Amino acid sequence: MDFDVIIVGAGPGGYVAAIRASQLGLKTAIVEREALGGVCLNWGCIPTKALLKSGEVFEQLHHLADYGLAADKPRFDFAKVVERSRKVAGQLNSGVGFLMRKHKIEVIEGTARLEKGTPAPKVVIAQKRGGERTLQAKHVILATGARARTLPQIGLEPDGDRVWSYREAMVPKAAPKSLIVIGSGAIGIEFASFYRALGAEVMVVEALPRILPVEDEEVSTAARKAFERRGLKFRIGATVKKLTKSKTGVAVEIETGGKTETLEAERAIVAVGIVGNVEDLGLEALGVKIEKTHVVTDAHGATGVPGLYAIGDVAGPPWLAHKASHEGVHCVEHIAGQPPKNLNAPIPGCTYANPQIASVGLTEAAAKAAGRKVKVGRFAFRANGKAIAAGETEGFVKTLFDAETGALIGAHMIGAEVTEMIQGYALAMTLEATEAELHATVFPHPTMSEAMHESALDAYGLVLHA
Amino acid sequence: MTDILMPALSPTMEEGTLAKWLVKKGDTVSAGDVIAEIETDKATMEVEAVDEGVVEEILVEAGAEGVKVNAPIARLSGGTETKAPEPKPAETAEPEAPAKAEAKSETPAKAEPAPAKAPPAKAKDGERIFASPLARRIAEQKGLDLAAITGSGPHGRIIERDVKDAKPGAKAAVTAAAMPTGRRGETRPVQSLQQMGIPEGSYDLIPLDGMRKTVARRMTDSFRDVPHFPLTIDLEIDRLLEARGRINTMLEKDGVKVSVNDIILKACAVALKRVPEANASYSPEGIALHHHADIAMAVAVEGGLITPIIRKCETKGLAQIAQETKDLAERARTRKLKPEEFQGGTFSVSNLGMFGIKSFGSIINEPQGAILSVGAGTKQPVVRGDQLAIATVMSVTMTCDHRVVDGATGARWLEAFKALIEEPLAMMV
Repeated sequence: MDFDVIIVGAGPGGYVAAIRASQLGLKTAIVEREALGGVCLNWGCIPTKALLKSGEVFEQLHHLADYGLAADKPRFDFAKVVERSRKVAGQLNSGVGFLMRKHKIEVIEGTARLEKGTPAPKVVIAQKRGGERTLQAKHVILATGARARTLPQIGLEPDGDRVWSYREAMVPKAAPKSLIVIGSGAIGIEFASFYRALGAEVMVVEALPRILPVEDEEVSTAARKAFERRGLKFRIGATVKKLTKSKTGVAVEIETGGKTETLEAERAIVAVGIVGNVEDLGLEALGVKIEKTHVVTDAHGATGVPGLYAIGDVAGPPWLAHKASHEGVHCVEHIAGQPPKNLNAPIPGCTYANPQIASVGLTEAAAKAAGRKVKVGRFAFRANGKAIAAGETEGFVKTLFDAETGALIGAHMIGAEVTEMIQGYALAMTLEATEAELHATVFPHPTMSEAMHESALDAYGLVLHA
Repeated sequence: MTDILMPALSPTMEEGTLAKWLVKKGDTVSAGDVIAEIETDKATMEVEAVDEGVVEEILVEAGAEGVKVNAPIARLSGGTETKAPEPKPAETAEPEAPAKAEAKSETPAKAEPAPAKAPPAKAKDGERIFASPLARRIAEQKGLDLAAITGSGPHGRIIERDVKDAKPGAKAAVTAAAMPTGRRGETRPVQSLQQMGIPEGSYDLIPLDGMRKTVARRMTDSFRDVPHFPLTIDLEIDRLLEARGRINTMLEKDGVKVSVNDIILKACAVALKRVPEANASYSPEGIALHHHADIAMAVAVEGGLITPIIRKCETKGLAQIAQETKDLAERARTRKLKPEEFQGGTFSVSNLGMFGIKSFGSIINEPQGAILSVGAGTKQPVVRGDQLAIATVMSVTMTCDHRVVDGATGARWLEAFKALIEEPLAMMV
């Protein structure tokens, strides 16, 4: 037996699982074909946050007068914006390398595939440095992640030049003057927000009737208005018929309610969803069950194939780094025979556009569809002292309580820094707080988080500042 | 300042009675000095100081019952840390009991161990119940008694799913294996005697002491959770009685007297070596087959019973067994047994023969796989061939944990045991 656990994929699911395994005294190896930290750290969450910060600061420069400030005409150096983003990713990538060494986790650079073995499938690695290495472990955890969905038949396929996925969109040579973003999920909206902040004409195309379709409808509506104020344009309920490339850019033919229209721009970003990385791993031969490009698992990540587990994006939505980490830790603890800590942890979701959007738990529509009677609280940041002082009065906090038990079952926020606040509600939900605990909690003044308190009060008709 | 904490004198000890202080406020103590006596579940133990210093405060008065393990009982000057004579994980610390006791002490301590906060839900015995706010509310709405519910959250916390589908008066369905911390035995809601039609004043109430609580808890847990079944067999013990007479004649000069029960203990041990499947314990991980026959013998003591153990009984001669049982029984009655002398054991023997009981079935002493109940030996008519004869017959009942000892296994063990009792010479073979 070479290892207790081999983890395939060193993204935020895999590498966190590896650290937890090492903490539990398991001899652990991790296989990565590209870069430690995975998409999240190298091509996703982290470098986009660096870009978005540049965009946000630049946008602020246009509002200096609001704060009694003045500066010469603001400019940006796009190459340096991208360079900073890459530097941030690079720093964190080497940080993961340090963590692997610290926890004595063997990092194997190469591409893994699985073969039949006992007690778990064998891991055969085509090593980057050459040669093949076959390893047997007691447990194998697949954490291979996911990638952007493409639709080549209608031209929705990145070409690295005029048509981008998130990956190309992160490192272009120059900022486009005009851009079509196809898909208004978190990824599409973040890039739309970033390039708009840098002055591009941006059109977002969404097939569903509203943007950010997984969010609460009130938040979607408010977000669209906020983005439109910043000059973003939207085509909602619009189906992409075809994307064609010209010498100067792209043309996207869309159909909205029977009407056909052709949009033109320098560049297009394809953000129409995610597919799991399940190919070329030998999963079919092992009999691993795959549905809609994702590995089917039980609550602990077990695939049904002895000794084989799957966590994170490859095991299905929501495609979020913190969900992957949570599953990775849970899976490893399960392997080590520990009781589950929190199988049904509420998983917050964040979109780092300007303004930010954050949510946890059920949307109002989902709660009602589930037959639950809800009490709804709302509080707008325009009535919050800190928000007024900061000039960040956009947005609101919406809370949902089960009318019968008082359990907090959902929270939806839009506004400045709401992504830093949502964990307050996530903690409340994890501790199974009711409105009574939220009402009794002291929120510091002056902070935007007071709106979280007021929203919970509002749900019970007790709001103080509205 | 150093707080002296209530020590855990055994792994299962949860609380104890502070029987006696041997020091008083202002006394100087050195490490190793005996400072108090504590009555645990089953024994009286001495508490030694681990640090030197001056006794600044006695926080729990002598005679205080139900003092939780790790609760501060006294305070020494000097040092800043809190030290328990035998530190246990902090999760068992319960500062409520000393707070109660403290109210009686003359000078209140500077730092109150348990400031009065919003009262948490209390079980009957005052232990805090850990439950999420949502679980509390649902329980209240449904009229559920949280004390009757087993939590499945972190550290046994009661969470929504434990109460969501529970019905009033019913225990939440949670498998024992899934529970990180078991609180079995405290889970049944208990009606008061009044509610059950016995008027107050019509009886005297004897408070539950540590031993009674332990007996109640362990027997309830075992009888509820272990699938018991009895196997009864008659043994002729004339040869055994005869052998005992000769052995005792031999040992007379040493002042040792072997009882019938000593021979039964020895025979049990030898039979367990011959049928090792009966020397077993159930655990979720698997069935433990014990290497030695550690035979626990039930000893009735004032206010309860205790089961001291003859370790590796199969390796010991009757003279040694006789001496050990005498010593253990005496010390059991004066509550001077050390925890390791009555905890563990792989098989138990309970003998009520001296009271004329013909036969009975005992409750298994977890985690043991079986217990032997020994009845009285009486002269009875027996049929030999087609002739009536008279023999001294003793009835024994083996109660088995069906998870580890099946009927056929139990029967094979009784067969081996019978052969040894009916022909004691066979123990030498």
